[in-house]
Amino acid sequence: MWLNQFLLVGAALFCIGVYGVLARRNGVMVLMSIELILNAVNINLIAFGAFNGTIAGQVFALFVIAVAAAEVGVGLAIVLAIYRNRSTIDLETANLMKG
Amino acid sequence: MIVADALVAQNIFFGIIALVMIVAALKVVTTRNVVHAALYLVVVLAGVAALFVLTLAEFTAATQILVYIGAVIVLFLFGIMLTQARIGTETHLDNERKWIAGLVAVILAGVMGYALLDGYGDTMLDKNGELSVQTTAQVSDAIFSQYLIPFEVVSVLLLAALIGAIVVARRE
Amino acid sequence: MSPTLTFAAESGEAAVVTAGWLLRNAWIFPAIPFCSFLITLFFGKRLPQRGSPVGVAALALTFVLGLAAAGQWISYSNRSEDAAHAETEHALVGASAGTGESAAATAAEDDRGATTEEEDGEVHTQVGEAADEEEHASVAPVESTRTWWQSGGIHFEVGTLVDGLAIMMIFVVSLVSLLVHIYSTDYVHGDIRYTHYFAFLSLFTASMLGLIVSQGIVQFITCWELVGLCSFALIGHWWEEQANSDAALKAFLTNRVGDMGLLIGMIVLFFTAGDGRTFSIVSINQAVVSGTVSHTAMTVAALCLLAAVMSKSGQFFLHTWLPDAMAGPTPVSALIHAATMVVAGVYMVARLYPVFWDGLSIAGSSFNMMVLVGAVTTLVGGSLAFVQRDIKRVLAYSTVSQLGYMVMALGCGAWTAAVFHLFTHAFFKACLFLGSGSVSHACNHSFDMKKDMGGLRKRMPITHATFLIGTLALAGFPLFAGFWSKDEILAGTGGFNLAEGANGSYHVFLVIGLLTAGMTAAYMTRCYWLTFLGEWRGGHDHDTGHDTGHQPAMAVGAAVATGHDAHAAGGHDAHGHGEPHESGPRITGPLVVLATLTFLATFANIPEKFSFIPEGWRLRFEHYVEPRGDYFPTISHAEFAPAVAALSLAMAAIFSGVAIIYYRKVRAQGAYATELAHGPTTRNALAAAGYRVLENKFYLDWLYQGVIVAFIKGPLARGIDRFNQVVLDGIVDGAGINSRKAGDLLYRYVDQAVVDGAVNASGLGASETGGMLRRFQTGRIQQYAALMFGAAALLAGVLVIAVQ
Repeated sequence: MWLNQFLLVGAALFCIGVYGVLARRNGVMVLMSIELILNAVNINLIAFGAFNGTIAGQVFALFVIAVAAAEVGVGLAIVLAIYRNRSTIDLETANLMKG
Repeated sequence: MIVADALVAQNIFFGIIALVMIVAALKVVTTRNVVHAALYLVVVLAGVAALFVLTLAEFTAATQILVYIGAVIVLFLFGIMLTQARIGTETHLDNERKWIAGLVAVILAGVMGYALLDGYGDTMLDKNGELSVQTTAQVSDAIFSQYLIPFEVVSVLLLAALIGAIVVARRE
Repeated sequence: MSPTLTFAAESGEAAVVTAGWLLRNAWIFPAIPFCSFLITLFFGKRLPQRGSPVGVAALALTFVLGLAAAGQWISYSNRSEDAAHAETEHALVGASAGTGESAAATAAEDDRGATTEEEDGEVHTQVGEAADEEEHASVAPVESTRTWWQSGGIHFEVGTLVDGLAIMMIFVVSLVSLLVHIYSTDYVHGDIRYTHYFAFLSLFTASMLGLIVSQGIVQFITCWELVGLCSFALIGHWWEEQANSDAALKAFLTNRVGDMGLLIGMIVLFFTAGDGRTFSIVSINQAVVSGTVSHTAMTVAALCLLAAVMSKSGQFFLHTWLPDAMAGPTPVSALIHAATMVVAGVYMVARLYPVFWDGLSIAGSSFNMMVLVGAVTTLVGGSLAFVQRDIKRVLAYSTVSQLGYMVMALGCGAWTAAVFHLFTHAFFKACLFLGSGSVSHACNHSFDMKKDMGGLRKRMPITHATFLIGTLALAGFPLFAGFWSKDEILAGTGGFNLAEGANGSYHVFLVIGLLTAGMTAAYMTRCYWLTFLGEWRGGHDHDTGHDTGHQPAMAVGAAVATGHDAHAAGGHDAHGHGEPHESGPRITGPLVVLATLTFLATFANIPEKFSFIPEGWRLRFEHYVEPRGDYFPTISHAEFAPAVAALSLAMAAIFSGVAIIYYRKVRAQGAYATELAHGPTTRNALAAAGYRVLENKFYLDWLYQGVIVAFIKGPLARGIDRFNQVVLDGIVDGAGINSRKAGDLLYRYVDQAVVDGAVNASGLGASETGGMLRRFQTGRIQQYAALMFGAAALLAGVLVIAVQ
């Protein structure tokens, strides 16, 4: 196996995730796209960990998983709060920071 | 020679998994049905777990399945239901700037792809012939000795996220 | 695990010198005020007298311990010398009677070989020593460290580094802070944020003491930022007044400029000084002294750090925040903006002296750039002090000027002179500031010398006496500390070969120093005269007639002046109103103590030339404070020069004489006059122009806000906006009616903007910036994200191509 196999798959997932974050209007879908990005990072961590023969890659992947779980929890809570206040989770309408 | 190298059983599996993952990931960001997107996400996450198994990172693969597919996806489905998204197709899931988004993604992919191919070329993942198994015992040893403080920090972070999520989502 | 010092000579014999407990456990100095901070913050409001006794008690304890530590340091220093002497005698038995120079050279080489090993709080310092003179006997600093955290194989350490310099600073900071705490119990009595005020005073003292005993540069940066934070909080203590919160913000932002320099400089030091990538200040210094570090790297590091010194220690051209910082309560100005925090920059130079000494010396010459920075600052500060009518601003510019003196001295290589001046300046400037606070306390909380003061000599005898002593010390009158430290600096410049033993010969800078000495005497005479002599002008309206020529700028100054301490009046009893009278004992007590110290500090460093004084009493400051060892560059010491002293005294006498003559003429005009009706500024165009330049503070604030900010806000923004409207709109809207509109816009923006716009620039600029920036501020987070990712992708692409 080549190292690049994993890295390229990770890169592809990352770019797809970025597209999703930028293009989706639905708050929940944006959160899903963020999960894609985080998983791309994890693939890189694991691949480099295996490549260097260290345990650090796995340990940090586990940390990323934990942080991602927290992120989803808080993120969905925010989406729910937006929904309760505005009856929609369309991010296009959440533009109170407009200058 | 390279063709022969490529035709290892692992690589064949890898190819299949990668293909399925990327297609599923594309469906996550393009499908018009929110629930379908969540289900495609399950496929991607399972694929990531399978890749972990291929690199002999079993414990992380198990955690990936437990945490992501077991918890995060369920959370997403709850989120979708609580925000009363229609079960079925919706028309306005993408905003009008999705072409800019696509352009950004393609540029990113180009830069990263070029950098990776240029930087790692045909470096083998298993440079010594085979990968070393990193057992769960080793992972736990590392977490509870060398990475103890980051571990504690993450647990505090989870607690903070827990409280924060409750505060934010609570009805006044 | 008691840390010990081992002196090992070439013969291998070892004598053990143990440092005292306080020296090994110097963490206690920042820890005590920090505990006081926590207690005051959390429980202060429920404690008797709203928590202020906690701070006073903590500082008293710190001060007593500081004195004990000083005693331990002196004993440790003496014992180290004795041990070194014993070793030297052994070593010299075998050695032939070489010249002093060659023996000293050997000593220096031995010192380079010495290493400092730190393992988990245990300190073994081995110093190779074979010197034949007392001055060369090396005294190792007392270090103790613990690993704070580790990352990527790098140990981040916390610890303490105690040597004579740190001991001296601990003494100064704890003493001034103690006095300011006592003073404040009366001065801000009844303030709504009384408890918070004391909490922040304690936090400031803790961070400053932490900065002083910092062992490594990471700890140093942390404490540096903490003192900046406390300064911000205390300047803006009465934040309800817009001017005060603006001043706090200005101080904070100006310091951010320097802090970037600090961070970058420290990073450069970390990667270049020493082979082990060390954070330890001593190791960095040793590496630089031993000459293993590239000069270029040191120049870069020292330049970056110099930016930090400029902002924190108010050096030209980042000094503009310091006078505005006088918006804070007066005790705060005395503690933070005169005696302690503003000398943090000077302290850093003194601490990392090899870096600055090597890094800033211009290659091929014996010229050090710090001299230039210091000299310009001292002149600028001194000249600006003349035109202030706010007594605190006079003192603030005087502080700027004196800090410039210190930096100039450090640049000349007169390390001891600079640090001694820091020491004496802390006392007399704190005395002057607290005195000005006492005066304003009596004068309706005004700081306006011309409007509300005058004739206070009889009414406030103690304040008057102490203020006079402070003035004499600052002006360089013999018998007071300022005279000795100032003359050491002037001798240290080595100009015209008037003094022996200086490191260079800076003729120009000796002249600048003398000039500033004269100016200092003159503006202090003006300040003293306006405040204490003549008749009390408060309640009278006599001065307006003479000021009309300078009214616009004065109005700004006066507005700030009256805004100062107005809040204190709210919670205050009635004695601030009506006739001024002497302040209470909690205010005059600290004044008396500081005035006494101003006198006593003279004896800290009696010149070597005064041979009628026993040897054990001469140059004690140089002996115990200046580091001796392999972490300090070899510099020579200028001897006290009677010629220089006489010159500076003459300058001071002439300048203050002129000032006195001027004010005698003013008095002849009437009891309430504050300046000549037809003085040189009204008769002579050149003098008037000079006065205007000074009044506008050399146009520096105008340069920063009017030119730099306005360029970004005005022409730049308008240019982009014009491009946006004319080019983009033109293309999109195309032909027809829109082409006419584009023509109109062209006319309006090319013709009117260039001709009229230059006049209306500022107002128009601001609104158009808003209009321009609005287009990007859609509030859509995904658009921001798209910009961010796109920019990151492009930058990464550039990087990939550049790496090729």
